[in-house]
Amino acid sequence: MIIIKNLKVNLGDFLLRDVNLDIKPGEYFIILGPTGAGKTVLLEAIAGLYPVLEGEVWIGDREISSLSPEKRGISIVYQDQVLFPHFSVEENIAFGLKVRKYPKNEVKANIDNMAEMVGISHLLKRSPITLSGGEKQKVALARALVTEPEVLLVDEPLSALDPETKEGMQRELREMHRRVKVTVIHVTHDFEEAVALGHRVAVLNDGCIAQVGTPEEFLRRPSSEFVARFALSRNIFSGRVVGIEDGCALIDIGGTKLIATTESKDDVRLSLRPEDILISPEPLRSTARNCFQGVVSDIADRGSVVYVTVSLPPDFICLITRQAFDELELRKGVRVWITFKASAIHVF
Amino acid sequence: MSKMRIWRKPDSMSVVFIVLGAFILLLIFVPLLKTIFSSSPGTLWNTLLEEDVYSSILLTISAALTATLIGLFLGVPLAYLLSRHQFRGKRFVEAIIDVPIVIPHSAAGVALLFVFGSNFLAGKVFHSIGIGFFGAFAGVVIAMVFVSVPFLIDSAKEGFKAVDVRLEKVARTLGASPWKSFFRISLPLAWRSIFSGSVLMWARGLSEFGAIVIIAYSASFLGWNTKVLPVLIADRFDFGLDYTLPVAALAILISLAVFITLRTIAYKGEKA
Repeated sequence: MIIIKNLKVNLGDFLLRDVNLDIKPGEYFIILGPTGAGKTVLLEAIAGLYPVLEGEVWIGDREISSLSPEKRGISIVYQDQVLFPHFSVEENIAFGLKVRKYPKNEVKANIDNMAEMVGISHLLKRSPITLSGGEKQKVALARALVTEPEVLLVDEPLSALDPETKEGMQRELREMHRRVKVTVIHVTHDFEEAVALGHRVAVLNDGCIAQVGTPEEFLRRPSSEFVARFALSRNIFSGRVVGIEDGCALIDIGGTKLIATTESKDDVRLSLRPEDILISPEPLRSTARNCFQGVVSDIADRGSVVYVTVSLPPDFICLITRQAFDELELRKGVRVWITFKASAIHVF
Repeated sequence: MSKMRIWRKPDSMSVVFIVLGAFILLLIFVPLLKTIFSSSPGTLWNTLLEEDVYSSILLTISAALTATLIGLFLGVPLAYLLSRHQFRGKRFVEAIIDVPIVIPHSAAGVALLFVFGSNFLAGKVFHSIGIGFFGAFAGVVIAMVFVSVPFLIDSAKEGFKAVDVRLEKVARTLGASPWKSFFRISLPLAWRSIFSGSVLMWARGLSEFGAIVIIAYSASFLGWNTKVLPVLIADRFDFGLDYTLPVAALAILISLAVFITLRTIAYKGEKA
């Protein structure tokens, strides 16, 4: 278990503050945030690579705040696959074992086991310079894991990879975690990566933790507009509760009255996920209590999915599959109906 | 399949730049080649066998080498600190390091004499342990260190800057102490710049005249009372150009031979 209490790191022009996290043993924990939020600083502070101004870091019953990085039992993997360029792949993996003075036969055996586990046995004699991005990432992982750390820190490990390699590496990371059962703290700015890998996620914004929860909680119950936006909830509106209807609130958002399950009674901010909105040429017969007619005002093609903006007003951004898009024969100016449940609306 | 080269007419800017660059290259090469070829091989060999010449060559090379080793020992740690840490007054420290490049070297000699002369503080301390500077090998070395160490420090600093600091961080988390991280990661990765800086420092020390002529015009060295090559060349010039030309040619040949060899080692396997 890793416990971080009131961590504060001062980098002169940047302050990481009030960071409190409680990470379970063997958990795959994601730290999510935009560029400049302090994700890498937090990771490096946990590793002991940045001096901590205030606060404590615990691994189990060991307080490690004052320990130097080499004594913490924490390994780090950076983005851009930072490998020692003057060593071979084998020497890279051996580095941690050699500096810890493992016997030679153990070094060899551990390297072979780890190389086999991550599937790089055939690369051991190669120079890191000759490897592809995915291969370098596997070597970096093997090098970090071979010393059997209690905690593995990974800093945007997939951001420099092409989409196909990235998907493959996500599978590798899940598989690695399943086998090794090490506690992982993974930093990323990619919400979809966080959902794909994380048991729990902490969103970091401007040096502070904005929310901690499961990916499902981020999707359904973002704690703030910032988190909602970061979780790709593209429909965020201001409104006013104007009445109650069958136990649900009637919220006016610029002329359109939505039915939402909330107890708020004043001015509200609310979010609605694009994938929770259905588009149809005719009104749908369903239990969903929000159904409005609008005009398609914009189409953003993303290949396998399409973002369709429907103006009522206001504008609602809807996510549909390519197949649905083709079947509905959508184009700008077409009148359509949008339908969503009252429970799909989240009021902050 | 043979490679085809497609001739493309150079643009006017490239032509002008090539002509201007050629002037500089000629300015460097012509005087050096003319000096080297002004003496016959026989004359050069006979000059080399003169005691004051070979003792001077030995003194110059040994002192420059010693100065470079001192520069490595003291300068590389400073270069590393400057490349890795931000602190108040860093620009001032960097400026101090480069001061020896800009001040007249005879003035540097006078300044060194003030500190390392036997009547002054550092001089007294070293004198008490048997190291004198005035008219001594140590004086030649200290003058060479003073004028040439900026080349080594600046080059090493750039070399360390080019090493991704995250490599050191990874090494630390893998169990390496700061010393191990430095000696196994940072130093090997920056060695080419350090070596290149060392060659420059050695070469600059080899050619030093101004500071040395003040602090150690002649120096006791391995039983000889001899002078460094630049001082010997200037001395002989008083007796005529013919007398000094072979020594100058030898100095140029030795410097070029060592410089080219060391640069070849430093840049082995690297494309220009």
